[in-house]
Amino acid sequence: MNQTHRNNTGAGSGSFKSYATGFVLSIVLTGIPFILVMTGALSHSVMVFCIFAAAILQIIVQLHYFLHIDTSSAMYWNVVSLLFTFIIIFMFVGGSIWIMYSLHYRM
Amino acid sequence: MQTQSLTMPVNAPEEHAGHDAAATQALGFWIYLMSDLIVFSGLFATYVVMAHNYAGGPTGKELFHLPDALLETLLLLCGSAVFGLAMVAMHKGDKRLVLAGLAAAFLLGLGFLSMEASEFQHMIRAGAGPQRSGFLSAFFTLVGAHGLHVAFGMFWMVVMMVQMAAKGLTGPVQSRLMRLGMFWHFLDIVWIGLFSVVYLMGVL
Repeated sequence: MNQTHRNNTGAGSGSFKSYATGFVLSIVLTGIPFILVMTGALSHSVMVFCIFAAAILQIIVQLHYFLHIDTSSAMYWNVVSLLFTFIIIFMFVGGSIWIMYSLHYRM
Repeated sequence: MQTQSLTMPVNAPEEHAGHDAAATQALGFWIYLMSDLIVFSGLFATYVVMAHNYAGGPTGKELFHLPDALLETLLLLCGSAVFGLAMVAMHKGDKRLVLAGLAAAFLLGLGFLSMEASEFQHMIRAGAGPQRSGFLSAFFTLVGAHGLHVAFGMFWMVVMMVQMAAKGLTGPVQSRLMRLGMFWHFLDIVWIGLFSVVYLMGVL
Protein backbone atom coordinates (compact mmCIF):
# COMPACT_ATOMS: atom_id res chain seq x y z
CA MET A 1 0.00 0.00 0.00
CA ASN A 2 2.68 2.42 1.06
CA GLN A 3 4.84 1.47 -1.90
CA THR A 4 2.07 2.12 -4.46
CA HIS A 5 1.27 5.34 -2.67
CA ARG A 6 4.88 6.46 -3.02
CA ASN A 7 5.05 5.50 -6.68
CA ASN A 8 1.96 7.41 -7.60
CA THR A 9 2.42 10.81 -6.09
CA GLY A 10 5.40 12.47 -7.68
CA ALA A 11 7.19 14.94 -5.48
CA GLY A 12 6.44 13.20 -2.19
CA SER A 13 8.28 10.02 -2.96
CA GLY A 14 11.97 10.73 -2.49
CA SER A 15 14.52 9.42 -0.02
CA PHE A 16 17.20 11.51 1.67
CA LYS A 17 19.75 9.98 -0.69
CA SER A 18 17.87 10.98 -3.87
CA TYR A 19 17.54 14.62 -2.75
CA ALA A 20 21.22 14.76 -1.70
CA THR A 21 22.36 13.27 -5.03
CA GLY A 22 20.14 15.65 -7.00
CA PHE A 23 21.40 18.62 -4.98
CA VAL A 24 25.11 17.83 -5.49
CA LEU A 25 24.66 17.15 -9.22
CA SER A 26 22.68 20.40 -9.61
CA ILE A 27 25.40 22.41 -7.83
CA VAL A 28 28.03 20.96 -10.20
CA LEU A 29 25.87 21.55 -13.30
CA THR A 30 25.20 25.15 -12.17
CA GLY A 31 28.86 25.81 -11.33
CA ILE A 32 30.28 24.63 -14.67
CA PRO A 33 28.49 27.13 -16.99
CA PHE A 34 28.86 30.04 -14.52
CA ILE A 35 32.62 29.45 -14.16
CA LEU A 36 33.04 29.09 -17.93
CA VAL A 37 31.21 32.36 -18.66
CA MET A 38 32.87 34.28 -15.79
CA THR A 39 36.39 33.25 -16.82
CA GLY A 40 35.64 33.44 -20.56
CA ALA A 41 37.90 30.43 -21.04
CA LEU A 42 36.44 29.05 -24.27
CA SER A 43 35.34 30.33 -27.67
CA HIS A 44 31.80 31.72 -28.02
CA SER A 45 30.20 28.75 -29.79
CA VAL A 46 31.73 26.18 -27.43
CA MET A 47 30.44 28.15 -24.43
CA VAL A 48 26.91 28.34 -25.90
CA PHE A 49 27.01 24.58 -26.34
CA CYS A 50 28.25 24.07 -22.74
CA ILE A 51 25.56 26.40 -21.28
CA PHE A 52 22.73 24.51 -22.99
CA ALA A 53 24.21 21.06 -22.38
CA ALA A 54 24.57 21.81 -18.65
CA ALA A 55 21.03 23.29 -18.51
CA ILE A 56 19.43 20.26 -20.21
CA LEU A 57 21.39 17.86 -17.99
CA GLN A 58 20.36 19.76 -14.85
CA ILE A 59 16.69 19.76 -15.92
CA ILE A 60 16.90 15.96 -16.36
CA VAL A 61 18.66 15.60 -12.98
CA GLN A 62 15.99 17.65 -11.18
CA LEU A 63 13.10 15.88 -12.95
CA HIS A 64 14.59 12.55 -11.87
CA TYR A 65 15.87 13.22 -8.34
CA PHE A 66 13.46 15.97 -7.15
CA LEU A 67 10.22 15.23 -9.04
CA HIS A 68 10.89 11.47 -9.41
CA ILE A 69 9.79 11.28 -13.03
CA ASP A 70 10.81 7.87 -14.37
CA THR A 71 9.59 5.23 -16.80
CA SER A 72 7.56 3.26 -14.23
CA SER A 73 3.93 2.53 -15.11
CA ALA A 74 2.71 4.82 -12.30
CA MET A 75 4.47 7.76 -13.98
CA TYR A 76 3.16 6.92 -17.47
CA TRP A 77 0.74 9.85 -17.81
CA ASN A 78 3.18 12.28 -16.21
CA VAL A 79 5.80 11.35 -18.80
CA VAL A 80 3.30 11.45 -21.70
CA SER A 81 2.07 14.93 -20.72
CA LEU A 82 5.69 16.09 -20.24
CA LEU A 83 6.68 14.86 -23.72
CA PHE A 84 3.57 16.46 -25.23
CA THR A 85 4.50 19.75 -23.51
CA PHE A 86 8.05 19.51 -24.89
CA ILE A 87 6.63 19.14 -28.43
CA ILE A 88 4.46 22.24 -27.93
CA ILE A 89 7.41 24.20 -26.50
CA PHE A 90 9.63 23.09 -29.38
CA MET A 91 7.06 24.34 -31.93
CA PHE A 92 6.34 27.50 -29.95
CA VAL A 93 9.89 28.65 -29.19
CA GLY A 94 11.56 27.13 -32.26
CA GLY A 95 8.86 28.49 -34.59
CA SER A 96 9.08 32.00 -33.10
CA ILE A 97 12.86 32.09 -33.45
CA TRP A 98 12.71 30.74 -37.01
CA ILE A 99 10.08 33.21 -38.21
CA MET A 100 11.64 36.25 -36.55
CA TYR A 101 15.15 35.36 -37.73
CA SER A 102 13.81 34.99 -41.25
CA LEU A 103 12.02 38.34 -40.93
CA HIS A 104 15.21 40.11 -39.77
CA TYR A 105 17.13 38.48 -42.61
CA ARG A 106 14.67 39.63 -45.28
CA MET A 107 14.18 43.20 -44.05
CA MET B 1 -18.66 -9.64 14.61
CA GLN B 2 -21.69 -8.26 12.86
CA THR B 3 -20.37 -4.71 13.12
CA GLN B 4 -16.92 -5.72 12.04
CA SER B 5 -18.14 -7.46 8.89
CA LEU B 6 -20.18 -4.37 8.15
CA THR B 7 -17.43 -1.82 8.69
CA MET B 8 -14.49 -3.71 7.25
CA PRO B 9 -15.59 -3.71 3.60
CA VAL B 10 -16.71 -0.10 3.92
CA ASN B 11 -13.42 1.12 5.41
CA ALA B 12 -11.08 -0.65 3.03
CA PRO B 13 -12.41 0.85 -0.23
CA GLU B 14 -12.61 4.24 1.45
CA GLU B 15 -8.93 4.19 2.27
CA HIS B 16 -8.20 2.98 -1.23
CA ALA B 17 -10.32 5.80 -2.65
CA GLY B 18 -8.34 8.31 -0.56
CA HIS B 19 -5.10 7.02 -1.99
CA ASP B 20 -6.46 7.06 -5.55
CA ALA B 21 -7.67 10.61 -5.00
CA ALA B 22 -4.19 11.73 -3.90
CA ALA B 23 -2.64 10.13 -6.99
CA THR B 24 -5.26 11.67 -9.29
CA GLN B 25 -4.78 15.08 -7.67
CA ALA B 26 -1.01 14.79 -8.12
CA LEU B 27 -1.47 14.00 -11.82
CA GLY B 28 -3.99 16.84 -12.22
CA PHE B 29 -1.55 19.23 -10.56
CA TRP B 30 1.22 17.94 -12.82
CA ILE B 31 -0.92 18.77 -15.86
CA TYR B 32 -1.45 22.28 -14.44
CA LEU B 33 2.35 22.58 -14.12
CA MET B 34 2.72 21.53 -17.76
CA SER B 35 0.27 24.25 -18.84
CA ASP B 36 2.22 26.75 -16.73
CA LEU B 37 5.36 25.57 -18.53
CA ILE B 38 3.68 26.48 -21.83
CA VAL B 39 2.95 29.97 -20.44
CA PHE B 40 6.64 30.30 -19.55
CA SER B 41 7.68 29.01 -22.98
CA GLY B 42 5.62 31.83 -24.54
CA LEU B 43 7.50 34.35 -22.37
CA PHE B 44 10.82 32.68 -23.23
CA ALA B 45 9.99 32.83 -26.96
CA THR B 46 9.18 36.55 -26.61
CA TYR B 47 12.40 37.18 -24.72
CA VAL B 48 14.59 35.31 -27.22
CA VAL B 49 13.01 37.23 -30.11
CA MET B 50 13.47 40.58 -28.32
CA ALA B 51 16.86 39.78 -26.76
CA HIS B 52 18.84 42.13 -29.05
CA ASN B 53 16.25 44.89 -29.51
CA TYR B 54 18.07 47.37 -27.27
CA ALA B 55 16.68 50.55 -28.92
CA GLY B 56 19.99 52.24 -28.11
CA GLY B 57 19.56 51.37 -24.43
CA PRO B 58 21.71 49.24 -22.13
CA THR B 59 22.54 45.65 -23.09
CA GLY B 60 22.51 42.54 -20.91
CA LYS B 61 26.28 42.67 -20.72
CA GLU B 62 26.10 46.10 -19.05
CA LEU B 63 23.16 45.29 -16.76
CA PHE B 64 23.61 41.73 -15.49
CA HIS B 65 25.85 40.92 -12.56
CA LEU B 66 26.69 37.21 -12.74
CA PRO B 67 27.74 36.66 -9.07
CA ASP B 68 24.26 37.91 -8.03
CA ALA B 69 22.58 35.57 -10.53
CA LEU B 70 24.68 32.68 -9.18
CA LEU B 71 23.69 33.47 -5.60
CA GLU B 72 20.00 33.67 -6.59
CA THR B 73 20.37 30.28 -8.31
CA LEU B 74 21.92 28.75 -5.19
CA LEU B 75 19.15 30.18 -2.95
CA LEU B 76 16.44 28.60 -5.13
CA LEU B 77 18.33 25.32 -5.42
CA CYS B 78 18.83 25.09 -1.63
CA GLY B 79 15.12 25.89 -1.19
CA SER B 80 14.19 23.05 -3.53
CA ALA B 81 16.48 20.58 -1.73
CA VAL B 82 15.29 21.68 1.73
CA PHE B 83 11.68 21.15 0.65
CA GLY B 84 12.65 17.65 -0.49
CA LEU B 85 14.09 16.93 2.96
CA ALA B 86 10.85 18.24 4.53
CA MET B 87 8.99 15.64 2.40
CA VAL B 88 11.29 12.90 3.77
CA ALA B 89 10.48 14.12 7.30
CA MET B 90 6.76 14.11 6.42
CA HIS B 91 6.89 10.43 5.48
CA LYS B 92 8.47 9.76 8.88
CA GLY B 93 5.64 11.76 10.52
CA ASP B 94 8.02 14.31 12.08
CA LYS B 95 5.83 17.43 12.15
CA ARG B 96 8.40 19.74 13.79
CA LEU B 97 11.00 18.89 11.13
CA VAL B 98 8.47 19.50 8.32
CA LEU B 99 7.61 22.88 9.83
CA ALA B 100 11.32 23.74 10.16
CA GLY B 101 11.93 22.67 6.54
CA LEU B 102 9.04 24.77 5.26
CA ALA B 103 10.22 27.79 7.27
CA ALA B 104 13.76 27.36 5.85
CA ALA B 105 12.41 27.06 2.28
CA PHE B 106 10.30 30.18 2.90
CA LEU B 107 13.34 32.16 4.09
CA LEU B 108 15.44 31.01 1.11
CA GLY B 109 12.59 32.08 -1.20
CA LEU B 110 12.47 35.43 0.61
CA GLY B 111 16.23 35.84 0.09
CA PHE B 112 15.79 35.10 -3.62
CA LEU B 113 12.89 37.54 -4.00
CA SER B 114 14.64 40.37 -2.14
CA MET B 115 17.74 39.97 -4.35
CA GLU B 116 15.51 40.07 -7.42
CA ALA B 117 13.62 43.10 -6.12
CA SER B 118 16.85 45.01 -5.46
CA GLU B 119 18.12 44.06 -8.94
CA PHE B 120 14.89 45.41 -10.51
CA GLN B 121 15.11 48.56 -8.38
CA HIS B 122 18.73 49.23 -9.42
CA MET B 123 17.85 48.75 -13.08
CA ILE B 124 14.79 51.02 -12.95
CA ARG B 125 16.77 53.72 -11.07
CA ALA B 126 19.50 53.55 -13.71
CA GLY B 127 16.90 54.26 -16.40
CA ALA B 128 16.72 50.63 -17.54
CA GLY B 129 13.06 50.03 -16.67
CA PRO B 130 10.64 47.90 -18.71
CA GLN B 131 9.67 50.89 -20.90
CA ARG B 132 13.27 51.50 -22.06
CA SER B 133 13.48 48.87 -24.84
CA GLY B 134 11.87 45.70 -26.20
CA PHE B 135 14.67 43.70 -24.61
CA LEU B 136 13.94 45.16 -21.16
CA SER B 137 10.14 44.77 -21.52
CA ALA B 138 10.63 41.07 -22.28
CA PHE B 139 13.21 40.72 -19.48
CA PHE B 140 10.96 42.24 -16.80
CA THR B 141 7.95 40.20 -17.98
CA LEU B 142 9.80 36.87 -17.98
CA VAL B 143 11.79 37.31 -14.76
CA GLY B 144 8.86 39.07 -13.06
CA ALA B 145 6.46 36.23 -13.94
CA HIS B 146 8.85 33.74 -12.33
CA GLY B 147 9.22 36.01 -9.29
CA LEU B 148 5.43 36.21 -8.90
CA HIS B 149 5.27 32.40 -8.97
CA VAL B 150 7.92 32.26 -6.23
CA ALA B 151 5.93 34.81 -4.16
CA PHE B 152 2.78 32.68 -4.59
CA GLY B 153 4.71 29.55 -3.55
CA MET B 154 5.84 31.34 -0.37
CA PHE B 155 2.26 32.42 0.38
CA TRP B 156 1.20 28.78 -0.07
CA MET B 157 3.96 27.71 2.36
CA VAL B 158 2.58 30.05 5.03
CA VAL B 159 -0.93 28.61 4.47
CA MET B 160 0.42 25.06 4.82
CA MET B 161 2.36 25.91 7.99
CA VAL B 162 -0.87 27.26 9.51
CA GLN B 163 -2.80 24.16 8.38
CA MET B 164 -0.15 21.86 9.86
CA ALA B 165 -0.21 23.72 13.15
CA ALA B 166 -4.04 23.62 13.26
CA LYS B 167 -4.78 20.13 11.86
CA GLY B 168 -1.51 18.19 12.15
CA LEU B 169 -0.14 15.96 9.40
CA THR B 170 -3.51 14.59 8.22
CA GLY B 171 -3.95 12.86 4.84
CA PRO B 172 -5.27 15.92 2.97
CA VAL B 173 -2.54 18.14 4.47
CA GLN B 174 0.15 15.67 3.35
CA SER B 175 -1.33 15.52 -0.13
CA ARG B 176 -1.33 19.35 -0.35
CA LEU B 177 2.27 19.49 0.89
CA MET B 178 3.26 17.09 -1.91
CA ARG B 179 1.66 19.32 -4.53
CA LEU B 180 3.37 22.39 -3.02
CA GLY B 181 6.64 20.44 -3.30
CA MET B 182 5.96 19.74 -6.99
CA PHE B 183 5.29 23.46 -7.51
CA TRP B 184 8.52 24.48 -5.72
CA HIS B 185 10.71 21.99 -7.65
CA PHE B 186 9.00 23.11 -10.88
CA LEU B 187 9.95 26.76 -10.21
CA ASP B 188 13.57 25.73 -9.73
CA ILE B 189 13.49 23.89 -13.09
CA VAL B 190 12.08 27.01 -14.83
CA TRP B 191 14.89 29.03 -13.22
CA ILE B 192 17.51 26.74 -14.85
CA GLY B 193 16.19 27.84 -18.26
CA LEU B 194 16.04 31.42 -17.03
CA PHE B 195 19.61 31.78 -15.76
CA SER B 196 20.94 29.99 -18.86
CA VAL B 197 18.97 31.90 -21.49
CA VAL B 198 18.76 35.33 -19.82
CA TYR B 199 21.82 35.80 -17.60
CA LEU B 200 24.52 33.53 -19.06
CA MET B 201 23.60 34.09 -22.72
CA GLY B 202 23.04 37.80 -21.99
CA VAL B 203 26.53 38.30 -20.63
CA LEU B 204 28.23 36.11 -23.23
